[in-house]
Amino acid sequence: MQTILEMKNITKNFGGVKALNNVNFKVTAGEIHALVGENGAGKSTLMNILSGVLPYGTYSGDIFYKGKHCVFRSIRDSEKNGIVIIHQELALVPYLSIGENIFLGNERAKRGVIDWEKTYSEATKILRMVGLHDNPHMLIKDLGVGKQQLVEIAKALAKDVQLLILDEPTAALNEEDADNLLRLLLELKKNGITSILISHKLHEVIKVADSITILRDGATIETLQVEHGGINEDRIIKGMVGRELVDRFPKRQPRIGDVYFEVKNWNVYDPLIEGRKVIKDVSLKVHKGEIVGISGLMGSGRTEFAMSIFGKAYGRNISGQVFKDGRELQLDTVQQAINNGLAYVTEDRKTAGLIGIEDIKHNISLSSLNKISKRGIIDDDLENAAATTYREKLNIKSSSIFQKVQNLSGGNQQKVVLAKWIFAAPDVLILDEPTRGIDVGAKYEIYNIINQLAEEGKAIIFISSELPEILGICDRIYVMNEGRIVGELMKEEASQESIMKCIMQSNRGRY
Amino acid sequence: MENGKMKPAAKVTSIGYTIRTNMRQYAMLIALIVIMIFFQIATDGVLLVPMNVTNLILQNSYVLILAIGMTLCILTGGNIDLSVGSVAAFTAAIVGTLVINKKMDVTLALTIGLLIGAVIGSWQGFWIAYVRIPPFIATLAGMLIFRGLTNTILKGLTLSPFPRSFQKISSGYIPDIFPNLTNLNMTPIVIAAVSSLLLLYVQIRNRKRKFENSREIMPRSLFVAQLIIVILAINLFALALAAHKGLPIILVILGVLIFVYHFFTTKTVPGRYIYALGGNEKAAILSGIDTKKVLFFVYLNMSVLSAIAGIAFAARTNSAFPLMGNGFEMDAIAACFIGGASSTGGIGTVIGAIIGALVMGVLNNGMSIMGIGSDWQMTIKGFVLLMAVAFDVYSKTKSK
Repeated sequence: MQTILEMKNITKNFGGVKALNNVNFKVTAGEIHALVGENGAGKSTLMNILSGVLPYGTYSGDIFYKGKHCVFRSIRDSEKNGIVIIHQELALVPYLSIGENIFLGNERAKRGVIDWEKTYSEATKILRMVGLHDNPHMLIKDLGVGKQQLVEIAKALAKDVQLLILDEPTAALNEEDADNLLRLLLELKKNGITSILISHKLHEVIKVADSITILRDGATIETLQVEHGGINEDRIIKGMVGRELVDRFPKRQPRIGDVYFEVKNWNVYDPLIEGRKVIKDVSLKVHKGEIVGISGLMGSGRTEFAMSIFGKAYGRNISGQVFKDGRELQLDTVQQAINNGLAYVTEDRKTAGLIGIEDIKHNISLSSLNKISKRGIIDDDLENAAATTYREKLNIKSSSIFQKVQNLSGGNQQKVVLAKWIFAAPDVLILDEPTRGIDVGAKYEIYNIINQLAEEGKAIIFISSELPEILGICDRIYVMNEGRIVGELMKEEASQESIMKCIMQSNRGRY
Repeated sequence: MENGKMKPAAKVTSIGYTIRTNMRQYAMLIALIVIMIFFQIATDGVLLVPMNVTNLILQNSYVLILAIGMTLCILTGGNIDLSVGSVAAFTAAIVGTLVINKKMDVTLALTIGLLIGAVIGSWQGFWIAYVRIPPFIATLAGMLIFRGLTNTILKGLTLSPFPRSFQKISSGYIPDIFPNLTNLNMTPIVIAAVSSLLLLYVQIRNRKRKFENSREIMPRSLFVAQLIIVILAINLFALALAAHKGLPIILVILGVLIFVYHFFTTKTVPGRYIYALGGNEKAAILSGIDTKKVLFFVYLNMSVLSAIAGIAFAARTNSAFPLMGNGFEMDAIAACFIGGASSTGGIGTVIGAIIGALVMGVLNNGMSIMGIGSDWQMTIKGFVLLMAVAFDVYSKTKSK
């Protein structure tokens, strides 16, 4: 087996912080090599160095690609050598067509004039390679995320990629699209393309990777060969966190009270598309001290349901009733929802949960300003005290409460969002993907916080795409599909299979 | 945690650190001082003679008033208000017609002027906040509409002169409280002395509280130096006013506005909402903030301040004319950006905008004294704006 890439003694500093410390990384030609590690372990930094995003000279160490010493000063340099990186945030232009995007920056042109005939005929060919059969004239904005991800790969293929780097390619995909993508990676491998896969989803890593390199705190810990056997998720996690996580989900003795929160016959229409019903006749109840999961694929309407309840923050023509403690609630605005003791932790903390340019303190107090102010005037001392309390209580790792939240890691950002809502002292908490994109250690801490809240008698609705998490945390699980509740399972009877079965059966029922 | 009960000790930061982290704030202030020293030398000391100091304030009062309101607009998300010049002119035209042609009582006319500002503000706020017309477009429309209406009201002519009581807004002075004590006007000196003491008290108390609450505090030497400089500046400024004609009425109005809006933006709940809206609108909405109301209020407020600026300008020029207020919006916007406001919203301060406006004002005034033509003045101001923002961008990328 021939080594295609070797990164030797890579060290990189950001300001005073060592992001990478003497990292060594070796990839064999024609393999799928997974790169795993907690957030902040240095995976993305390493790949940014390899692809020239961080140019030669800003780091120390050497890169050898196909035996040659490389000096990449920009992405163009690395792409010339057939190294293409696909970032987590897709880099497609929504209002250009698939074909135009595939050849963006790499146009099929003669003397600056684009040959559209050639563009689209080649685009069609490449699209077929990635298993996409849509018209290349379609605009990117009309495609789902799964297909957009495939277009990104097509774009890489158009550049004659030999080493493909994928940064969290399945983070935003549902299981079906994710499987599709992984299959494509195996397909590409057969065609001799080497891939580096960065992923938090360890079951996917195990499914496709030939070798796995683990980074921790900016250093290489080990490289595991999957063919040698004995590789499972626990083994990888051990390498990632440096200790054995005996239990990924903290234990809790549920003390479940009476029915506390109830939604009856909830219907919601799409705010943009006339007449399209997004939520269909959903009814559910949550007891005091209970964690109720809502499971379902992406696009099943979970987020839309949660947001429509939370003061009609989504949708129109909303009908149905919401009860808390037997009393019907009037929830027309977010303010009303908050005043009635509801809290909604959004699935997307960056774009909808936090104000990145503000500090921890201002973020935590934002939805509870009435608590720290008198006649509209904010009491600085009360605000500082509240922020300090929650920073300690939730163990938010930061230099002080005056640190801007955009400079925190994902896990700590999520803790700030949680702190903000805990400070609002709600009775009913709706948590939408509260652990998305954060590392194992921080996840564990967040589960603990959620358990603690349930312990205090709050009613919790827990929305997640990760089945193991739903199964590990929730007392009862509703399964949602296409805007309907299609199953309700107690913890004891719930399993990945039983949840998937509910979804499949409801799909079958439609035809 | 073994020391969970113990309070962490207050941290006294190093001088270098304090300056580095507050560089942006200090930078424009230092730039202002450098520019003032430069013109003081270049104009052979004319810039800071008592009469010119007073003039500087009178000349720039309208920009300062507008910059306050514009800061709020920009804070909501880099939105600007292009209509401020037209609204100022429109208000001045109406007030002028009422006072000069209809011989209306000045106080009543002023009240009507402010009400007109509020009505125009509601009109623009409605389109921007509730119909969601981008502010740039809604206020561009407002700029045309109210400029047109100004012309209609004035029939293309200049209205003049205003009665003496009206002119006083921009050219009157607070009477001397100890008229026969010295040949200086004592009012500004007394006020400066009182505010110096007040400042001293508040600053020392704040520092103590910060220390008790184990917050970061700057080193003592820097703290004392800063206090001395500020108090010295206040008192020298007061002395200059005292040596001329005393405390201008418009400066009192300005002082009150600056204080109120500084307090509003830094200490109140609605003020915080404005920053939240500009920082992340979605997050603000999901935190229970009625962002439409906030946006509506901000534009309502801007038009009221435009009305005040219009009245102040009319009082100063002693006339209302069709072209008055042309380009006011650009001065105000430039002041905000020079003062450190972010073009994407959520970052910026009233004090910053005031400093920005003063930078522009001193440039105007200094260059005029030097006899530089208005063509070159504009070019130079353009460069200053560009450099200030470039510095801002540079220092931000460096701190990352």
